[in-house]
Amino acid sequence: MQHLDESQEHGQQHPIGIYLKIWALLFVLSTCSYLVDYFHLQGYLRWFLVVVFMLLKAGLIVAIFMHMRWERLALAYTILIPPLCLLVLMSILASEGDYTFSARGKFFDHQALPATKSLPHNTIERPAAQ
Amino acid sequence: MSQPTPIDKNLPASVAGWQSIASDWSADKQAFAVPWGKAMMWIFLLSDTFIFTCFLSSYMTVRISTTTAWPNPSEVFALIIGGHSIPLILIAIMTFVLISSSGTMALAVNFAYRRERAKTAVLMLMTALLGACFVGMQAFEWSKLIAEGVRPWSNPFGAEQFGSAFFMITGFHGMHVSVGVIYLGAVATRVWRGRYVHSGDYSIVEIAGLYWHFVDLVWVFIFAFFYLW
Repeated sequence: MQHLDESQEHGQQHPIGIYLKIWALLFVLSTCSYLVDYFHLQGYLRWFLVVVFMLLKAGLIVAIFMHMRWERLALAYTILIPPLCLLVLMSILASEGDYTFSARGKFFDHQALPATKSLPHNTIERPAAQ
Repeated sequence: MSQPTPIDKNLPASVAGWQSIASDWSADKQAFAVPWGKAMMWIFLLSDTFIFTCFLSSYMTVRISTTTAWPNPSEVFALIIGGHSIPLILIAIMTFVLISSSGTMALAVNFAYRRERAKTAVLMLMTALLGACFVGMQAFEWSKLIAEGVRPWSNPFGAEQFGSAFFMITGFHGMHVSVGVIYLGAVATRVWRGRYVHSGDYSIVEIAGLYWHFVDLVWVFIFAFFYLW
């Protein structure tokens, strides 16, 4: 256990400046993602910016605040690779959602939706919000 | 960037990348060069990642499949301040409060490894206070929406599924924040009383910090997918 105690001692000691910089950067990125909504950006530009700011923030939190950048790869990969399975879950659920939407459109919502074959959800005109 | 410290001094320092994974796993020895509590916290957070992704991806399915329009979060969560309706303002403030709490937590971990007992405890208590502030604002948001008639089964703004997704996702996250406030309070008390002075091992502060940063991390995704989408 001797080696462990030593690596603990100077394991995650980093200059305080890096935390302050990342903190400021997170504030800037959050402001940017809020401004996306404030200026009513729409369509692909909105989604692109929202996802980019989200991933940057998530990456900074995990890499710097949670020290993943300085951990050995054995730990980093054990934690960071399994969540990739979730991409499979998300793609399955997205196609399931599309299927459910087209089935609903066909069978019980004739008034609200134009008669369509099973088009992807985003090609069907949605009724405006009340 | 500095090279990670090798666990075993017999290992050549030149072993890096995939080779370092093989050498860490292949021998009959400890795989993770961290205190056991830290490894277990990471594994817990991994399982929590799966839970929150289940919520967010089922919300995605529901949102794709509704035939009535989804309520516009920008309007639903707007507040009227000084006669002007400002979109999403409460959520933006909540986001900044949570990020600030993550910042104070990161500083607490830093001071803990410098063995500055008092500064560590004070920064942790500040973190917990900001967390409590966040939960308070969330309670305000919930009461406002409930008063406007939002229920898990219906709401006046659009698709009925909005309520159940909202209460489930933000409720589960709010519960994590509340538990985190209690957890940080408990650890800060121990630090303050000097429990770790003798051993000099303040890794418990970093472990509590991992939990707290994770709560902030989940909020990043909720903010993007639920409030901004």
